[in-house]
Amino acid sequence: MIASIAALLVLQLVGTIIIRLTGIPLPGPVVGMLLLFAFLLWRGATPKPFESTTRALLQNLALLFVPAGVGIITHLHEVADQWVALSITLIASGTIAIVVTGFVLHWLMPRAEQTKPEA
Amino acid sequence: MDSITQIWVYLAEQPLLWLTITIGVYWLCQQLYRLGREFPLLNPVLISVAVLVVLLATTGTPYDEYFDGAQFISFLLGPATVALAVPLASEAATLKRLWLPIAIALTVGSLSAILTALAIGAALGLHGDMLLSMLPKSVTTPIAMGISDQIGGSPSLTAVFVILTGIVGAAIGIPLLKLLGLRDPVAKGFALGVGSHGIGTARAFEHSSKAGAFSGLAMGLNGALTAILVPLIVWLFGL
Repeated sequence: MIASIAALLVLQLVGTIIIRLTGIPLPGPVVGMLLLFAFLLWRGATPKPFESTTRALLQNLALLFVPAGVGIITHLHEVADQWVALSITLIASGTIAIVVTGFVLHWLMPRAEQTKPEA
Repeated sequence: MDSITQIWVYLAEQPLLWLTITIGVYWLCQQLYRLGREFPLLNPVLISVAVLVVLLATTGTPYDEYFDGAQFISFLLGPATVALAVPLASEAATLKRLWLPIAIALTVGSLSAILTALAIGAALGLHGDMLLSMLPKSVTTPIAMGISDQIGGSPSLTAVFVILTGIVGAAIGIPLLKLLGLRDPVAKGFALGVGSHGIGTARAFEHSSKAGAFSGLAMGLNGALTAILVPLIVWLFGL
């Protein structure tokens, strides 16, 4: 487990250094993810302990967004004035984007892919 | 013996207090969500944020003080983002077969997220930096804040819209797609990633590892594409 956590942190660090050096407009962890993806494809299989550590982290991903979400408290007064227009826009636009993306991908997929059972 | 007030004053200065409260509240909200048979409005992120906002307001705790403790949770977002490569690598074969449908769905979805925010927001009277800050709302926070800064919006306001969009997508995305007859985990996951970034991805992982993998991919790709599209759209519309 420690080795897996160390590996994730090293990749995040390398990603962050690459961003600093090149000025690519992406967050460091996203670059770290691309590096790990390339490495895993090259290696062919994911080591078991690494697989279980990352699964535990990703199963609880939602919790990690809570502290940032509470940050809304610092903007309550600005948001409060126009809350009706803001909520309608966020809900409508967010919903449309999800439905459009989902169905475009679904329609363009070959038939054989669509009927696959849940993983 | 210390009075309750003295103990509170002592604890309030320690990172431990708000860290523990955040994890405890989230755990309780998760139980509530299960008890409520995953009813969308009981989404654990939504309820946890609401409960914590009320707690901070009633105890008069400034957000900075809260974040001193809660930052240890936020910090894990970095390693977790890197970890998204693992489920994605195990779906490499599917990714290779579906790259063209994915590229088209990404472009159409990304444009629809930006343009509907612009059209609906403007129609409802939003303008100035409120409207500009809204445009990158569907992508992950660090990218969205960078875009907002570049186009003259307010990055911290954008962060609020990003979180709210994520919560909306996580709460209603999967039940809505199911209602419309979409069953495929790849399409569902990818849609959640494009529309509601990491919070949608978190929800997709609760659904299945396959949905989560494609959601994480969508989040990364849409972040990059939106960083190109939003400044272009702002320039085209002369905003």
